[in-house]
Amino acid sequence: MENDQNNLLDHITQSEYKYGFVTDIEMETAPKGLNEDVIRFISARKKEPEFLLEMRLKAYHDWLRMSEPRWAHLSYQPVDYQDIYYYAAPKKKQELQSLEEVDPELLKTFEKLGISLEEQKRLTGVAVDAVFDSVSVKTTFSEILEKLGIIFCSFSEAVQRHPDLVRQYIGSVVPPNDNFFAALNTAVFSDGSFCYIPKGVRCPIELSTYFRINAAKTGQFERTLIIADEGSYVSYMEGCTAPMRDENQLHAAVVEIIAMKDAAVKYSTVQNWYPGDKEGRGGIYNFVTKRGMCRGSHSRISWTQVETGSAITWKYPSVILMGDHSTGEFYSVAVTNHHQQADTGTKMIHIGSNTRSTIVSKGISAGKSNNSYRGLVKIIKRAQNARNYSQCDSLLLGDQCGAHTFPYINVENKSAIVEHEATTSKISDDQLFYCRQRGISIENAIGLIVNGYAKEVLRHLPMEFAVEAQKFLSISLEGSVG
Amino acid sequence: MLIINDLNVSIQDKEIISGLNLEVKAGEVHAIMGPNGTGKSTLAWAIAGNDAYTVTGGSITYRGRDLLALSPEERASEGLFLGFQYPVEIPGVSMTNFIRTAINEQRKYRGLSPIAAPEFLAKMDENKKLVGIDSKLTNRSVNEGFSGGEKKKNEIFQMAMLEPTLAILDETDSGLDIDALKVVANGVNRMRSKENAIIVITHYQRLLEYIVPDFVHVLYKGRIVKSGGKELALELEEKGYAWLKN
Ligand SMILES: Nc1ncnc2c1ncn2[C@@H]1O[C@H](COP(=O)(O)OP(=O)(O)OP(=O)(O)O)[C@@H](O)[C@H]1O
Ligand SMILES: [Mg+2]
Repeated sequence: MENDQNNLLDHITQSEYKYGFVTDIEMETAPKGLNEDVIRFISARKKEPEFLLEMRLKAYHDWLRMSEPRWAHLSYQPVDYQDIYYYAAPKKKQELQSLEEVDPELLKTFEKLGISLEEQKRLTGVAVDAVFDSVSVKTTFSEILEKLGIIFCSFSEAVQRHPDLVRQYIGSVVPPNDNFFAALNTAVFSDGSFCYIPKGVRCPIELSTYFRINAAKTGQFERTLIIADEGSYVSYMEGCTAPMRDENQLHAAVVEIIAMKDAAVKYSTVQNWYPGDKEGRGGIYNFVTKRGMCRGSHSRISWTQVETGSAITWKYPSVILMGDHSTGEFYSVAVTNHHQQADTGTKMIHIGSNTRSTIVSKGISAGKSNNSYRGLVKIIKRAQNARNYSQCDSLLLGDQCGAHTFPYINVENKSAIVEHEATTSKISDDQLFYCRQRGISIENAIGLIVNGYAKEVLRHLPMEFAVEAQKFLSISLEGSVG
Repeated sequence: MLIINDLNVSIQDKEIISGLNLEVKAGEVHAIMGPNGTGKSTLAWAIAGNDAYTVTGGSITYRGRDLLALSPEERASEGLFLGFQYPVEIPGVSMTNFIRTAINEQRKYRGLSPIAAPEFLAKMDENKKLVGIDSKLTNRSVNEGFSGGEKKKNEIFQMAMLEPTLAILDETDSGLDIDALKVVANGVNRMRSKENAIIVITHYQRLLEYIVPDFVHVLYKGRIVKSGGKELALELEEKGYAWLKN
């Protein structure tokens, strides 16, 4: 049995390698803590070109001089940055023999999501046997993409195979010293995704890390770079929609998007990491820097996020509207329950003329959680005829949670039109009782109402994400009322 | 079907229903009348299981079971329907989605699989015709921005969709024009059968011309102070309630 599995794993890892999805397996681990040596070690293990090592070291030295941001409406125990392993070889997770060994809570969630048994095994790290299927699916995909000249691979692989592209664009949207967490990420990032869509190509499928093996173990410091060349289009779905447990508490990812003239990038996230237990123990700290640059005229970048997981969420997917007539969009649903805390929003920086931005943020707070929207709309002096529309709604369940809105508006050009709307509402007992009198359970009633409330955002998600996102909304609010 | 025995109900420690008795048998239609604020809606809430209304004494037996032991959604799935005096708005949730969810949850409770789409749509069409509402309304969010009359018709529409065994209609006739009143009455009469029972709460004898009740009760200060046949409603219309108030 043991042996069979090893063979199987070998087979699979080799197949992966054959199709170029995964770099070779390292066996070493750097000692705990962060210093120059550790960074050199990471870079060497990854056989990186000199420019990357230099960038990492520079970011590290900047980081040393920076301090953790404290302006967010969040409170948590300070992170001990010397108590973290910054490089661990892609460890094989302890393999479980059957689903019976998996946390029953997690299985219950899977069941509610309607995830197949095979998929459940894959997600929980039970000995794999369904992967053969996925491998063939993946192959077909990579062939389609290759024919179109689309590059979609792990970040490490991009560094080896397309160093010039990486060098040209990395840090061009999120500078290495942009903020404390971005600097940390730049110094120590482990891996992530790289995507390049050539001129005039419309990517025919939703690109998803799901189709890249190892994506499940992307690690704490993920780095993503997406470049859409002139006139191209891509819809990118981040991460895995399944509820993942992760032993790493701190996550600090960086995502950079570049859209050239007439290009459009749609980036969707459904974030469902471990939120901690009902008492607020454990859970992921998620400090993410996501930013897109509309470089060319008539380009468009659209962020859609459904944030239901993590103990702490700190993220502001933003768009720098450089090109004239470029468009930035931000559609967000953030749910917090129990002791979760979220401080999330966006920045829309209007630089080009006739630039447009739309912000729709729906916060849902339950339990003892705290949910903040923080947004900046900046219209610089030379941005003629810029427009922004922002709508920030908060929905409260119960009276122990908090919802906060921090909209910052900074307009330097008189021709700008900026509209801001905000509402706060509650799910009333009357609404719940009305549903229940029709036979709908409290949990489903909340699900129904919350999904109705979030509809405007959910409709921007790709179909396959939307269905799951709806289920997450209901599940993450379980036990919040009654 | 429904036996209420010596029922006491309080709201925030204030007793509203005091020692109420009522028996409703299958096939019967009962009308409950009475002055404003005497506890008619409170009785309806208590039967439906709204936990803002505390049952402090007595019992309610429904089809041989202790109704008070069931949650509101279980009561609904056991065939109990309440037409609300003030229907509630639920923004963002379409009528179609709402009613399909309700039907499927009730079916699940009864061990049935979800309703097939064609059957559901056919049923929707039939009942929309019955109560005279159109798809513009059912595509909108539940009760959101509905006119008073539309909300009431919508209650009857939901009743027709859910096919309850016992329906309690709390002033479904209030605020309806004469045509709408007929529509509502028609919806209720269609539900009448040997197996089903209906309790209508109303202030107006007019409704009872269209829905002819087997019994009329007067609720006053939390108790039923007089019961009779359909003639009682006429008498009340003529004399008001003063003669019953002691
Ligand atoms: N949630 C509540 N909180 C406080 N008092 C309440 C509440 N609900 C009802 N009451 C009071 O209980 C009494 C009975 O109210 P109920 O709504 O049952 O009357 P009703 O007979 O249905 O009147 P109407 O004919 O006007 O509909 C009234 O005095 C009312 O003010
Ligand atoms: Mg009433």
